[in-house]
Amino acid sequence: METIISIKPLLAVLVSLVAVGPIVASGSRPNMREAWTFLAGIIKFGLVVSMVPLVLRGNVLEYTLVEVLPGLAIQFRVDPMGMLFALVSSSLWIVTSAYSIGYMRGLDEHSQTRYFSFFAVALSATIGVAFSANLFTMYLFYEMLSLATYPLVTHHQDDEARFSGRKYLGFILGTSIGFVLPAMLMTYFAAGTLDFAHQGIMTGLFSKSTMTVLLLMFVFGFAKAGIMPFHAWLPAAMVAPTPVSALLHAVAVVKVGVFSIFRVLTGIFGTNLLLSLNLGTLLCYIAAFTILTASLIALSQDGLKRRLAFSTIGQLSYIVLGASLLSPKALTGGLVHIAMHAFGKITLFMCAGAIFVATGKKYISEMVGIGKRMPVTMTAFLVGSLSVIGLPPTGGFISKWFLVLGTLEADQIVMLVVLLGSSLLNAAYFLPIVYRAFFCTPEESMFEAKVQEAPPWCVVPLVVTAICSIGLFFYPQPFFDLASLAVQIIVGG
Amino acid sequence: MEYLVSHYNYWVYILLMMVGLYAMLAKNNLIKKVIGMSIFQTAIIVFYVSTGAKREASIPIIAHGHGHDAAHTVIEAAHYANPLPHVLMLTAIVVSVGTLGVALAICLGIYRRYKTLEEDEIQEQLHDSL
Amino acid sequence: MILYEQSPALLVVIPLLSAFAINIFGLYNRRLCFPIAFLALAATLGAATMTLARVLQAGPISYRLGGWPPPFGIEYVIDHLNGLVLVTIAFVSFLAVIFAKLSVEKELPDKIPQFYTLFVLLVTGLLGMTATGDAFNLYVLLEIAALTGYALIALGDNRALVASFNYVILGTIGASFYLLGVGHLYIMTGSLNMGDLLTILPGLYATRAIFVAFLLVLCGVWLKMAFFPLHTWLPNAYTYAPSAVGCLVAPLVTKVSVYIMIRVMLSVFSSHYVFEVLALTGPIVWLAVAAIIFGSIQALAQDNLKKMLTYLIVAEVGYMVGGVWLATGYGISGAILHIVNDALMTFCLFVFAGIVTYKTGGHMLSDLQGLYRKMPVTMTGFTVVALSMIGVPPTAGFFSKWYLILGAIEAGSYHFMVALLVSSLVNAILFFRIIEITFFEPKMDHHTGHAPEITINEAPFSMLMPLLVVALGLIIIGIYSGTIVTNIIQHSVPGGLL
Repeated sequence: METIISIKPLLAVLVSLVAVGPIVASGSRPNMREAWTFLAGIIKFGLVVSMVPLVLRGNVLEYTLVEVLPGLAIQFRVDPMGMLFALVSSSLWIVTSAYSIGYMRGLDEHSQTRYFSFFAVALSATIGVAFSANLFTMYLFYEMLSLATYPLVTHHQDDEARFSGRKYLGFILGTSIGFVLPAMLMTYFAAGTLDFAHQGIMTGLFSKSTMTVLLLMFVFGFAKAGIMPFHAWLPAAMVAPTPVSALLHAVAVVKVGVFSIFRVLTGIFGTNLLLSLNLGTLLCYIAAFTILTASLIALSQDGLKRRLAFSTIGQLSYIVLGASLLSPKALTGGLVHIAMHAFGKITLFMCAGAIFVATGKKYISEMVGIGKRMPVTMTAFLVGSLSVIGLPPTGGFISKWFLVLGTLEADQIVMLVVLLGSSLLNAAYFLPIVYRAFFCTPEESMFEAKVQEAPPWCVVPLVVTAICSIGLFFYPQPFFDLASLAVQIIVGG
Repeated sequence: MEYLVSHYNYWVYILLMMVGLYAMLAKNNLIKKVIGMSIFQTAIIVFYVSTGAKREASIPIIAHGHGHDAAHTVIEAAHYANPLPHVLMLTAIVVSVGTLGVALAICLGIYRRYKTLEEDEIQEQLHDSL
Repeated sequence: MILYEQSPALLVVIPLLSAFAINIFGLYNRRLCFPIAFLALAATLGAATMTLARVLQAGPISYRLGGWPPPFGIEYVIDHLNGLVLVTIAFVSFLAVIFAKLSVEKELPDKIPQFYTLFVLLVTGLLGMTATGDAFNLYVLLEIAALTGYALIALGDNRALVASFNYVILGTIGASFYLLGVGHLYIMTGSLNMGDLLTILPGLYATRAIFVAFLLVLCGVWLKMAFFPLHTWLPNAYTYAPSAVGCLVAPLVTKVSVYIMIRVMLSVFSSHYVFEVLALTGPIVWLAVAAIIFGSIQALAQDNLKKMLTYLIVAEVGYMVGGVWLATGYGISGAILHIVNDALMTFCLFVFAGIVTYKTGGHMLSDLQGLYRKMPVTMTGFTVVALSMIGVPPTAGFFSKWYLILGAIEAGSYHFMVALLVSSLVNAILFFRIIEITFFEPKMDHHTGHAPEITINEAPFSMLMPLLVVALGLIIIGIYSGTIVTNIIQHSVPGGLL
């Protein structure tokens, strides 16, 4: 395992930040402005991809930006786990940017320059989290993400947006300042460092009760992971334009939350420490509670985006569950699910947005028979649903398979039941939508039979991600390889 | 009793300070407050100066002597009152006069504006204007 | 070179002489006042930087006024602690005078020479207080700063006169307590020189007179820095002062008083006495917690932008006093770092308030409606400061909180840590409330077309520049916090606590 000093991680983070200037400058020429976004996205993706072969061979790329406090630096490290997340975000940014064009122009939204600028900043922060070498850097980018997404969530600037914005920041900033910050400082004080280390940095530093408290502070503090009871911001954030919901809340913001938890569990606490203190079981139950409750609430939601939001809350806790089970297969499953869920969920959100652009409908009860009018969209929706439920031939099946194996490996049969039960619930709240869309009598249908899809800029991206969801079933590399490599480092090495 | 008498200078200054403090905080009329402030500061000046005084000491100025003569004269420090507190208090007096000036100027401004120097009436006017 | 040697004295002499110059030349031509003040403060900034550089290079400087050796003469002692504070004062006052130009022309058009004279004198007093190594000299300069402060605040309209009068009364009590305390020290030791006192006092630690002396000095300084519950003069005085005055006094006067407290505690009485012989650390940290909570809650209740900021000052003073009295290396480092950071943050906030008053004539929170569109650059600067007040990395405010919380953990004072976190959250509410008011506009039709054109009516450059320079500075200082602490502040923390 070789450590290579390379400026690429920093560049990957900075690309989109730098792009903000040109985006703002070309605000009056929309095509040019969007071109800058695409250019930045492609460069970012290229930088990330270029580091993949090195990482797959077991190397680690590092770059220290500046030492801010004695012993603490803003430092980047690209390892398999971070690389997986960065790949997911950077690839999906390009897709979402294309989708944004269709959506925002289709609705003639205002302040598009501001939208694209803050989107770029948010992506910068996401890659920053992915490549963080220590908890301090990660916290810095975590906060940057919270702030950069606020203008995106409150984009419409009406009263609804105002209150949702308050909820959003209230939960996210409140938990990060109230829980993560003191926990981080107490850890730093005792350990003298905040670097993510192989089996954590906390061994032998605190008593069991203090460890438990700190662990809970971290887990609940990263409210972006949507663990109950700090999940309420997610449905509230659905007032944002759908591309924002799509990328940020299905992929970037929420995945930053679970990724952070993953990092803290494996790099600060360490799996061995958690096993020896039996803290994994506690977390499993917390995750399980969220999974089941979220799935049940999703059943009752009529708003399509809200149903998707609660589905996301449940799915995120799958990843947390994977981490909490602490067994190699579960960890692999959790990490791979970051990727699989991303592709599946983003497809679903983009479909929801396409439906809104094409028909103005937001509620599931109004979507009877829409399959005849928007067959491509609804087929993609079906694919996305299958991926989230975890059925072949979609990628979601692979991650769920490993999670199931992980529960057996960790001897947590209760969790196995939870996983299977929630999959049934997932099917229960997704499949009826598809069924009612396609299979209904012409009288029941609320739409005319002729095909009238959303604009191409909306439809093409969601088809692409749907195809990827299927493709990932057959070719889960490189996500699977990265995940396995990461788990190898976490558990063995 | 012994304690009171031997340290009577301290008791005087404490009394003056308390009078001044009371006037500053409890009196209604602004000028009375300013007078209290002045008394308070004077009390402190008195305190300092009194610490420099000695029994049967004279003012701290060397008796007139020509240059070469003065060199032969032995100066007994115990015969002279300590000049340092005097000097420090000269400065403090200047400061207190300056403060008095500023305070009175502000009172003048207040009177011009509110036509009264009673604090409760001023407060009433302020509340009314809200 | 002579200037280099004399830089400690120049710090005080330049502004002092320029005060006379402004007053005299101002009689002939009012337009000369600003350039003289500008040049004088620029030169002072240069002298302060030079002094700090000297200290960093060669260690503490001891400068004897008139060449008289201490303890007979008055000595200026510049070490790392006050070198840092001196540069901060010079820097903030320089930027404040730049801001003041347009503000004063609008708010106080017929009092321009008086304003600048008092302004520069106030800076003289602040710099002198910081640089001096003599306890009585400190009192003199303290009063110079105080008197000019009272006069400057009284220049405002509306309720400024009454506010200033209250400040006069309470400020004089505070300064007099300080004087009394120094008197006690003099009587017991015969010396007024700080370094001298440090060596003489240890033999006297057990006496009641020294204990009383310390308490008197402490209470006097607490009154001057508006430490709860001795803060009552601050909100009105700073709210109703003219904008330009607020930008100078708010960031500096209370922070210099905090510096005096640290100086007296560590360099006159020694940390051993203050933290170990006296058992006051516990109660005082609780008082600091009360200050923070009280300030934060009161700030939440305000409709007036400036009044809200003044209550935030009360909370921030709580940070610093608590940090020092935690009696740990991290705590004291955090408090000293916060002196610099808070001066900068408060300056930015008051400049922002001044810009709002200048452009819109209003000072209530509701007057900020739609500012995000009208003054985007100002709002960007404001957002950076807001993030620093909340404590978001990589701004400076985050790092002072970092050290202060570490100090609390080190000392086991978890109540202080909780107070700091609560304050961060309250600040988040306060500042996002403002950001909401400026960002969200009422009744706009968004989904059918573009927003009605609102012309950008940005603040003038001379007002915008200080805001942006310091906002940028907050980020830079934040990132280099570690360097500042290790290279400058650590030298001031008593050895036993590191």
